[in-house]
Amino acid sequence: MKAVLVAMALTLLAAPAVSAAGSGLAFVANERDDTLTILGPDHRVAGTIDSCARPRGMHFSADRKEFFVACADDDQIAIYDTATRELLRRIRGVPAPETFDLHPDGRRLIVSNEEDATATVYDVETGELLAEYETGEEPEGVQVTSGGRLVFVASEAANLVHVIDLDADEVIADILVDTRPRRFALTPDEKELWVSAELAGMINIIDVETLKLVGDIAFLPTGFRPEQVTPVDVIMNSEGSRAYVALGRANHVAVVDVRKREVIDYILVGKRAWGLELSADEKTLYVANGLSDDVSIIDTGTRQATTTIPVGRVPYDVLIDDR
Amino acid sequence: MIAKLVAALILAAVAGPAFSAETARVVYLGLQDDPYYEPQRVYTGLSLKDRNRPLDGVRLAFRGTRILTRAIGIEFELQERLLGAEELAGAVRAAGDDGAIAVLLDLPADRMESLLATGSGNELLFNIRDGADRWRGADCNANLLHTMPSRSMLTDAMAQYLRFRRWTRILLLSGDALADGEEADAIRRSTAKFGLKIVADRDFVLTNDPRRRDLSNIALLTGPPAHDVIWLADAEGEFGRYVPYATYSPRPVVGAEGLSAVAWHWTWERHGAPQLNQRFRRIADRDMQMSDWAGWAAGQTVIEAVTKSGSTNPGTIVETIRSEEFAIDLYKGVRGSFRRWNGQLRQPILLATHNAVIASAPLEGFEHQVDTLDTLGFDEAESPCLRR
Repeated sequence: MKAVLVAMALTLLAAPAVSAAGSGLAFVANERDDTLTILGPDHRVAGTIDSCARPRGMHFSADRKEFFVACADDDQIAIYDTATRELLRRIRGVPAPETFDLHPDGRRLIVSNEEDATATVYDVETGELLAEYETGEEPEGVQVTSGGRLVFVASEAANLVHVIDLDADEVIADILVDTRPRRFALTPDEKELWVSAELAGMINIIDVETLKLVGDIAFLPTGFRPEQVTPVDVIMNSEGSRAYVALGRANHVAVVDVRKREVIDYILVGKRAWGLELSADEKTLYVANGLSDDVSIIDTGTRQATTTIPVGRVPYDVLIDDR
Repeated sequence: MIAKLVAALILAAVAGPAFSAETARVVYLGLQDDPYYEPQRVYTGLSLKDRNRPLDGVRLAFRGTRILTRAIGIEFELQERLLGAEELAGAVRAAGDDGAIAVLLDLPADRMESLLATGSGNELLFNIRDGADRWRGADCNANLLHTMPSRSMLTDAMAQYLRFRRWTRILLLSGDALADGEEADAIRRSTAKFGLKIVADRDFVLTNDPRRRDLSNIALLTGPPAHDVIWLADAEGEFGRYVPYATYSPRPVVGAEGLSAVAWHWTWERHGAPQLNQRFRRIADRDMQMSDWAGWAAGQTVIEAVTKSGSTNPGTIVETIRSEEFAIDLYKGVRGSFRRWNGQLRQPILLATHNAVIASAPLEGFEHQVDTLDTLGFDEAESPCLRR
């Protein structure tokens, strides 16, 4: 999801150097508090706003003037003004949304509906339901390709990655992966799709052209048992050289050399690290630690956590308004 | 994983039935008019513990297979059989002849015993109900797997928790029912295993007889010596429900009342559990209990083995389940697998009150040379099972 943001930003600006813009604020969805914590560019809490119930996945609109929050417990996607953080409108009747991705057309939002075993497509302007696709139980991660034809949806309970062809309006493949697939990252050339398999403790790599598994990366920070390694979020830098993988219960973020498919380093963070987000200059990595109710700030140059910020209860995802 | 998958698991997902040449069949076998599932009434028509057949849990597992069929081209079928006592053994054999992969047993102990004694076939069986250690010990069977945790796994989980809290002085209170005796034995074993001390080991009796007050009066039963916690063995629950808040000293009650060790809890909120609980509630219109979870886990095991092996051959499925790398998602955080020495599903155990999960065992600090889950229940070296 985040990789596509980076990819989109690149496509839009058509230049690798992303000029810093935006307020520099970061928004953190606190799943258990029904709030969003606002972090300032100084990495201090700048405020907290109430959100809808059980906020989880978040995403900017194409022009970044709005952002979307998936609220699982009251079945809606809330849309906020990025500058004022005011609630603009809601897309209601979205069954238990967990995460989602925005189509490159800026109009279609592709949502995983955890309790309904479906992926749904909504028009972000009108809130209209455009399409619905059956998935395995508990769909989670959603990833749209930059071309906008293919959508990948991970089904946690069925250990499947579904491939939806939006043009053909059908699911064209169901790829069996390792236990409990959660999130995706696409390499910038979109040749490889990385999938975190939470309970297998690894990343599965899918070749986008053939839709076949072509590799695995296993994680095991020193001192942990394999069963404690539960990777969830995965994010790549814009040149596709580095990937960061939040290792859940292992309380570390793995740094991976994407081309060599090798782990370079493990960075100690808070408890049950899930959500990841990179700043526009890619010098800072934000990590949402679900069981220590804080966000770790990592300097990607030194690969050290520089500070930890207490936020609300069970932080799930982070968005940064710095582009 | 890759090697196995590259083969042919990516299939164009058009109409499901088009390529569903194979069917993975599983049989649920229960006893008709099983007294175990009659309402357990106590005085004035109250029912303290509602028991439900684990069938809803099994159904839940199979309900999720439709998309899997689209992916792997194998159909899944659950056959539900509620039969009279004399038809049970025949049903298992018929299932085997019919190519069923497994039979899930929801049977009283005496029925399971006679079925295991007569059934000489190679059918894969799952015990989804009985927690007695004998099925994992002296009376174990090479074809029998258990998704229900054993009694000793539950008492070990509790003992770990008490050790963790340093509530080491135990006052053990047990009833005179057969099950209470077995429970008390398991508690004694677990307390010794984790270095707890039973400072008083007392029986209680349900009576108002003033001459037997020492066996029925809760304040008298919970008096000195000094203890940290009262551990209650009371399967029926009619005595136990009056113990909390009626003790001589202000001490917590665990076991049959207060904090209990369970395989599953309707409020468990980690590891995706809310989704499983919600899915269950939607099909069964009640909260998911330990027995439902055991039924679900058995169904899930077969489904996972069929998916991993791409086969519906019972022999291949048994091999897959027994292989070192086999693992299923239990919604309890760690991957579940089966102990080779007695067929028991390794799993974390939850320590819960009536409306909250307080802890999950194995607790931090309890280590094992192979798998921390094996700190719960009989480990390989101490298992009397000759299955190996």
